[in-house]
Amino acid sequence: MVIDLPTIWAAIIAFAVLAYVVLDGFDLGVGVLFPFFPSTEDRNVMTNSIAPVWDGNETWLVMGGGGLLAVFPLAYATVLPALYIPLILMLLGLIFRGVAFEFRFRTVRWRPVWDWGFSLGSIVAGMMQGIALGALVQGIKIENRQYAGGWWDWLTPFSLLTGVAVVVGYALLGATWLHMKTSGELQANARKLAMFAGVGTIGLIGAVSLWTPFLDAIYFERWFQWPTAFFSAFVPLLVAICAVGLWFGLKNKRDILPFLAALGLFVVSFIGLGISFFPYIVPGALTIHEAAAPDVSLGFLLVGAVVLIPTILAYTGYAYWVFRGKVDPEHGYH
Amino acid sequence: MFLGLTAELLARIQFAFTVSFHFIFPAFSIGLASFLAVLNALWLWKRDPAYLRLFDYWKTIFAVVFGMGVVSGIVMSYQFGTNWATFSDKAGPVIGPLMGYEVLTAFFLEAGFLGIALFGRKRVGDGLHMFSVAMVAVGTLISATWILAANSWMHTPAGYEIAANGQFVPTDWLAVIFNPSFPYRLVHTVLAAFLTTAFAVGAVGAYHLLRDRENRQARIMFSMAMWMAAIVTPMQIVAGDMHGLNTLEYQPAKVAAMEGHYETQKGAPLILFGIPDDEAETTHYAVGIPYLGSLILTHKLDGEIKGLKAFPKDERPPALIPFITFRIMVGLGLLMLVVGLWSLWARWRKTLYTSTWLQRAAVAMGPSGFVAVLAGWFTTEVGRQPYTVYGVLRTSESLSNVDAQAVGASLIAFIIVYFIVFGAGTFYIFRLMMKAPHGDDGELAQSPTRTAGITPAQQLEAAGGGHGH
Ligand code: HDD
Ligand code: HEM
Ligand code: HEM
Repeated sequence: MVIDLPTIWAAIIAFAVLAYVVLDGFDLGVGVLFPFFPSTEDRNVMTNSIAPVWDGNETWLVMGGGGLLAVFPLAYATVLPALYIPLILMLLGLIFRGVAFEFRFRTVRWRPVWDWGFSLGSIVAGMMQGIALGALVQGIKIENRQYAGGWWDWLTPFSLLTGVAVVVGYALLGATWLHMKTSGELQANARKLAMFAGVGTIGLIGAVSLWTPFLDAIYFERWFQWPTAFFSAFVPLLVAICAVGLWFGLKNKRDILPFLAALGLFVVSFIGLGISFFPYIVPGALTIHEAAAPDVSLGFLLVGAVVLIPTILAYTGYAYWVFRGKVDPEHGYH
Repeated sequence: MFLGLTAELLARIQFAFTVSFHFIFPAFSIGLASFLAVLNALWLWKRDPAYLRLFDYWKTIFAVVFGMGVVSGIVMSYQFGTNWATFSDKAGPVIGPLMGYEVLTAFFLEAGFLGIALFGRKRVGDGLHMFSVAMVAVGTLISATWILAANSWMHTPAGYEIAANGQFVPTDWLAVIFNPSFPYRLVHTVLAAFLTTAFAVGAVGAYHLLRDRENRQARIMFSMAMWMAAIVTPMQIVAGDMHGLNTLEYQPAKVAAMEGHYETQKGAPLILFGIPDDEAETTHYAVGIPYLGSLILTHKLDGEIKGLKAFPKDERPPALIPFITFRIMVGLGLLMLVVGLWSLWARWRKTLYTSTWLQRAAVAMGPSGFVAVLAGWFTTEVGRQPYTVYGVLRTSESLSNVDAQAVGASLIAFIIVYFIVFGAGTFYIFRLMMKAPHGDDGELAQSPTRTAGITPAQQLEAAGGGHGH
């Protein structure tokens, strides 16, 4: 197989999306879990645990969207209109939760309102991302370089299932993050929630995986025919390993292990999706090569990306390092 | 159709609405980020706690403004695809990589160092904290550079060819980035952001001086803001003039609309007021100064200026909006100049901190930058019509294949959410601004009153930073 620019870019965009899902996943997850932590002190600690990093996490979403426009403009121009409503709802959800970080510290009387905004915004954003994923997996009608379906095509039982799966998965990431970053009662509560969310996540991964091969013959071939079935067999195995890690970590009250295991679940599921998708960017309708921008565009941005993405990872890592360890409820960052 | 409006018109309204809201925040946060970097540097250099107090005061406001800029900006980066899909497909290979570079060089930089700049002074120490504050400021400027390169390319496209599938394909990236209007638009817009911030900060300083002439923090911020007003406003007017000449060269129809000229004339007047009427092809009730129009635009008394009639009807921008918004912008620019000069005079007379009328004027001019910035953008963007990529891709050919209902419903949702969320944010910002920047040199810098909305942690931060002296 020749490595060419569109393939490299598909890998980079996939990486950006994965980075987004796991990073913003845990901070959206903290929002999803808000209703389970009614006390203001707990909520302060929870938001403070993500306040210094959420903006950077969300930037990966801009990278995914903006990157798509730059390197796969045709995919951007067909997928976004197809997912019109879920994407607009996602954006509105992100607005509410994004401003809540500041607003909830600026008012006492209205704090409950922004707390609800934070929580519902996070849930809606996660749900819509899951629905968008499900709708994409189901396929999108494209004719003449344009989206050719209706504006409600995205809404199906399958996409609702993926929507719920993503919200529950984010809750798992959020709970294990809190388990890592907090102590005392808050941590104990997070551990309990992580157990539930863990069971839910694994069950939903199973349900989605079983359903997917029956959506389209091509997925079925991928998963059950040689030689790809060889890789497919690894995916459930890896899911099982992560599940054991999660259970072991929570049982033994390890700080970090459960979070890593939850991340692992996401990474493995994402690889599974990759197996289903490749070499399509819109399954069944648009391959990576058909959607790619001309090589001059891909090359121009790649030069920068090669240098800049490692740099970004380095200073982002440094920012996480600066705010490492447990959140001190007395001090906070705010 | 939705309420009698086409999907195209609704999409245009939606874009104009969301981008206008978005740009209000960058206009402030670009300027504030640099202001914070200067304040922090002054604190480290002079160790005068007044600077630290000012830093903490504006830092809180910056955090709110920046947060709103981020969330409204994320909407923008998806709106190209949802509403302007054909535009995205065709122009994506050119403007996409520019915006990609914006993400890689600016957005990550801002976001990565923002946490440390806001919350990390104690954790990383003064040096790295200063570095982080500076990186946030640099990030906002890099961001402006890339997005304005992309936007300017849409006004004055260069360095591309059109491929068989209809896509714009870059042939020369330097020509794409440094397209003819880019340098002018960059300078004019960044200066606009600095001016916007200067007048907002100046208004806050003046407001508190009017209540307490001795508040040192208020004095310092007022003085700094007035220096900016006095120095940057003349620069902005010169930059605006040069920008206009550049536009005359590349987008003469836009200039004709801005000036309200339908006839091509030598020795054209400068129309001060009037109502351009595209149907009748004339500007009603025009009040003008003879020859001045030609003098400003061609720097010659009898220079020829093309009128809108020189262009086919379907290539003309609508004249009314650019005509009005241009006058708002220039009018506010001249008022800013007056305030700047007045402050110099007061400074020379040593009445800067006591001149009640100057301070009242400064309070009144607080929102002027925001209004001027939006007016300027409306001039520029409406003047580009009926094209999205000037002269090559029409707005009517740029639209997604979406139903008017979808665009209309989402437009209403955006309007409701934006007014609630950004209305509340603006209210909180006002409330923060109304609070006097506290503390005097006698006591330690740990005094912000523990009123509603300030968590104890904030006081701790202020105290932590204050240990240096
Ligand atoms: C002259 C400057 C300028 C202009 C014309 C625009 N922006 Fe903006 N934008 C900024 C200057 C800026 C900024 C200063 O960099 C912001 C403001 C607050 C912030 O967080 O960064 C920002 C934030 C911001 C973000 C959030 C970044 C993050 O996650 O941190 C996005 C996605 C965009 N913008 C996208 C856009 C798009 C698609 C625009 C065009 C329609 C646009 N901006 C116009
Ligand atoms: C941030 C400040 C900006 C403001 C306030 C602004 C304002 C506007 C307005 C008022 C319109 C509607 C014009 C009309 O339909 O009559 C518009 C359209 C548009 N602008 Fe801008 N603009 C800004 C920046 C940008 C940037 C940076 C870009 C691109 C990189 C851009 C791209 C567009 C596009 C694609 C449209 C829609 C098509 C059209 O109606 O022309 N704008 N903008
Ligand atoms: C008083 C003298 C001024 C003149 C002669 C002037 C001139 C211009 C011109 C000709 C344009 C349109 C350029 C084009 O689209 O081709 C423009 C746009 C603009 N103006 Fe001004 N301007 C002045 C003052 C100001 C002030 C005081 C501000 C804000 C504080 C401002 C902010 C803007 C912005 C944000 C734009 C849109 C972006 C751009 O195209 O550069 N202007 N100005």
